[in-house]
Amino acid sequence: MFNSGKNQDALRDNHDEDGVDRRGFLSCMAWAGTGAFFLMEGGILKSYALRTAERVASAGQLSFVQISDSHMGFNKAANPDVVGTLKTAVDKINALPVAPEFMLHTGDISHLSKPEEFDTVDQILKGASARDVFFVPGEHDVLDDDGSQYRERYGKGAKGAGWYSFDKKGVHFIGLVNVLNLKAGGLGTLGAEQLAWLRDDVVHLKHSTPIVVFAHIPLWSVYPQWGWGTEDSAQALSLLRKFGSVTVLNGHIHQTMQKVEGNVTFHTAASTAFPQPAPGAADSPGPMKVPAEQLKSILGITDVNFVRGKHALGIIDSSLA
Amino acid sequence: MRRHLWIVLAVVLMSIVWSGAVAGQPHASAPSAAPAPEIKIDNFTFGPGEVKVPVGTTVTWINRDDIPHTVVNTDKTFKSKVLDTDDRFSFTFTKAGTFPYFCSIHPKMTGTVVVE
Repeated sequence: MFNSGKNQDALRDNHDEDGVDRRGFLSCMAWAGTGAFFLMEGGILKSYALRTAERVASAGQLSFVQISDSHMGFNKAANPDVVGTLKTAVDKINALPVAPEFMLHTGDISHLSKPEEFDTVDQILKGASARDVFFVPGEHDVLDDDGSQYRERYGKGAKGAGWYSFDKKGVHFIGLVNVLNLKAGGLGTLGAEQLAWLRDDVVHLKHSTPIVVFAHIPLWSVYPQWGWGTEDSAQALSLLRKFGSVTVLNGHIHQTMQKVEGNVTFHTAASTAFPQPAPGAADSPGPMKVPAEQLKSILGITDVNFVRGKHALGIIDSSLA
Repeated sequence: MRRHLWIVLAVVLMSIVWSGAVAGQPHASAPSAAPAPEIKIDNFTFGPGEVKVPVGTTVTWINRDDIPHTVVNTDKTFKSKVLDTDDRFSFTFTKAGTFPYFCSIHPKMTGTVVVE
């Protein structure tokens, strides 16, 4: 089954000591299609049913949405209507119980870096209740030009290849670029210049500042055999070790996955365009064709809520079904 | 006697020219005689992963995946534009050597062309 790997992860990452209890079971149920909620408190990840998630979300002081991998221009069997599913994602965002303040798009906005593909995404996202969108590029957004078109459109004020940071209500957001200058046989790459910038960017922040890092390719080793990882992510994370709360949001793998390592919660978002197989579940990564009626249940958006004082980021994945 | 020498010289010259033309023919038609090597990109893999070709051979890559790929020599001797599904890229190897290449979008994908 295509999501069996995710169920295993949900179980493995349930830090409750009592094994597959009601919470664990609910977590599995959530992964089976309806969405999941993870709340980090004091470095411990807990899974809750969605009703609890909505209550926490409504109390949240900062709410934002992550969308990813819209692959505008893709038209193969795995999803001949990526315009339609992105519009559905916007409808989902507009129907959230708490309107998000802004959106993060974690890359692969376009499929082939064509101007009209970026234009279409921009047009559709204008229909979302959250008007501001913060982007990082995916490898599909920097084809043939090393990202110059991407930076012209989305990287105004960004540094280097398009990395930047900003603050919202006491939370420090860091957008990183790990899809350029890739080396033969390697994984995603941040590079020395970006790592030096990151060190300077966080050096003066208080340890209590909640950090959200977002980048396209996962900043943890999801499945290096398929290139699902970043060569020098450990160096980036070592720069964030002093912080009590670090949340890392990625895309690229077109499926939700999560992991907690010390102070860091890693999370990948679903695509709004097409699913990919679970790691190792097929000969290669790439668009996975599922029965048409199932497609929207494995595409999705991610709603993130920060509650001040609780030091918690609540992450809710919702499918487009 | 002198006329005879001229005739001999002319015959020798003609035979040299003719034999040169004959010798040149198979060489000129060699690329069409041998099938042009084609490397298929399928399931995020270059197949065959290594090809050996004589100098002067044109190698063609064709992308059979639903995802775009590129063909980039590690030393930048050749570099394709992005190849969408069923797009092709060809390069003629005019020098002997080993040419490792990869997909710059999915760098786990690697291959080698050996030119002899």
